[in-house]
Amino acid sequence: MPIIDEINERLADKIINRYEHSPKRIYISIKPRDLKEATGILFKELKLRFVIASGQDTPAGLEILYHFSFDQTGEIVSLRVLIEDKKKPEIESLAPIFPAAEWIEREIWEMLGINFVGHPNLKRLLLAEEWPEGKFPLRHENEP
Amino acid sequence: MSHKVIVPIGPYHPLQEEPEFFKLYVEGERVVDIDIVIGYMHRGIEELSEHKHFDQVTFLVERICGICSNSHPFAYVNAVEDLAKIEVPERALYIRTILAELERLHSHLLWLGLAGHFIGYNTVWMWSWRYREPVLDMFEMIAGNRNHYAMMKIGGVRRDIKDEDVPILKKVLDDLVPAVRMFQGAVMDDPVIKARLKGIGILTKKQALDWCVVGPTARASGINIDVRRDEPYGAYDRVDWNVIIEKDGDIFAKTIVRILEMYESIRIIRQCLDKMPKGQIDADVKDIPPGEGIGRVEAPRGECFHYVRSDGTNRPIRHKIRAPSYMNVASNKIAAVGGTISDAAITLAAVDPCYCCTERLTVIHKDTDKRIMNGWDLIKLSQEKTEKLKKDLGGG
Repeated sequence: MPIIDEINERLADKIINRYEHSPKRIYISIKPRDLKEATGILFKELKLRFVIASGQDTPAGLEILYHFSFDQTGEIVSLRVLIEDKKKPEIESLAPIFPAAEWIEREIWEMLGINFVGHPNLKRLLLAEEWPEGKFPLRHENEP
Repeated sequence: MSHKVIVPIGPYHPLQEEPEFFKLYVEGERVVDIDIVIGYMHRGIEELSEHKHFDQVTFLVERICGICSNSHPFAYVNAVEDLAKIEVPERALYIRTILAELERLHSHLLWLGLAGHFIGYNTVWMWSWRYREPVLDMFEMIAGNRNHYAMMKIGGVRRDIKDEDVPILKKVLDDLVPAVRMFQGAVMDDPVIKARLKGIGILTKKQALDWCVVGPTARASGINIDVRRDEPYGAYDRVDWNVIIEKDGDIFAKTIVRILEMYESIRIIRQCLDKMPKGQIDADVKDIPPGEGIGRVEAPRGECFHYVRSDGTNRPIRHKIRAPSYMNVASNKIAAVGGTISDAAITLAAVDPCYCCTERLTVIHKDTDKRIMNGWDLIKLSQEKTEKLKKDLGGG
């Protein structure tokens, strides 16, 4: 069974929306509360490789895309979650599932101010010590 | 009484392209823990990119790294071409591939030289960099620059490879083959190099999977991944070549992977030069529609990943960049711990982060004396170990 069908089947009850940009680029929207379970299935059971996560400030809320690669066929599956609460954004950390998420969660935390619940070592990765608390460089409200 | 000492390595050294700061926690000779601090080179390029138009970003991302200065723009144009579904002219695909492989050659030769220097083989260092020079000259011939080639463009390349340059390029490749063979022999047959690199800094397959490492670091641990084959871009699906896999996950395996990859690079370039069709090199792209695109490239250090989102204006609204070292450096937490301090320099360098940040090394005894070591001391420690091994093995 192609990996895409398998993902559809395993995540069937979690998928809100699915968008296939091309046969090798699939974007799947899920609810933040389903994230840990869904990534667990992708990484542990279907053996996809975690590539990176990318956070973005959108008018609807803070969005994170978790990009996974299935290297046997060269497909990239991106899980999209939207955190609507911009005041106190929170999501579960994936670092306990795979350590590779540790750095990028620290980066998203300092750049967009999203708190990763359960992260073992949530401290600054790239920003300098002197950078003011509560200022998030990738939030659009900073722009003139 | 055990003596826990912190050895901070870094953050700056003239040889690095990315300053990093490794805090090694040492008990006697043994590394018991490591703390990796990065961010010294954070220039806010992702944010900057949101304020430039699509064509300018190509030049911006070229400046992320001086060694992979072809890989980032390559991944970026792949991402935009994925977003806008642009067909790139055939000839441009071949030119891109040739550039990417020349870059791998010069980058692997650079690493080989540094690795040689770290373990006290300064001859390897000098020779390897000597053979890197003609490769850089080829870049100058094709692009006009030895680094920062400015060749990539959304929809194609900015300069053609002239017909009269092809024989010169082929000659350089022909001369490079015996050199790579020499390095291969030097590394594989030398008992001292073997003693220094075998079984050191091991990253097992399981660990490599958990830390999601990429490139030669992953392939040396037996993980069969290579973006060039898994999701072909450029002209990689039109030429014949092999992915190099080793099983042991130690520094020796990483070295072998890189050396053997150089042969494959030479093979790819030769085939590209022969098969390259005549014609356009630019698709003449006008507008970028709204949407999102992902581009990736197998850089010399592994998969380089770019995500671009457009809202239909002439600037990206989000541009996420992930360099391969982002995943590989983090895995040093596994590879360096448990090893000895004299192996630390080569272990941390083995993922090829261009790590050489030993310039500002300080050794602080936690309770007792404070003393300062400079970067040379760590390299000297490593070189002395090689000297001792040479004596023990009765050779020279």
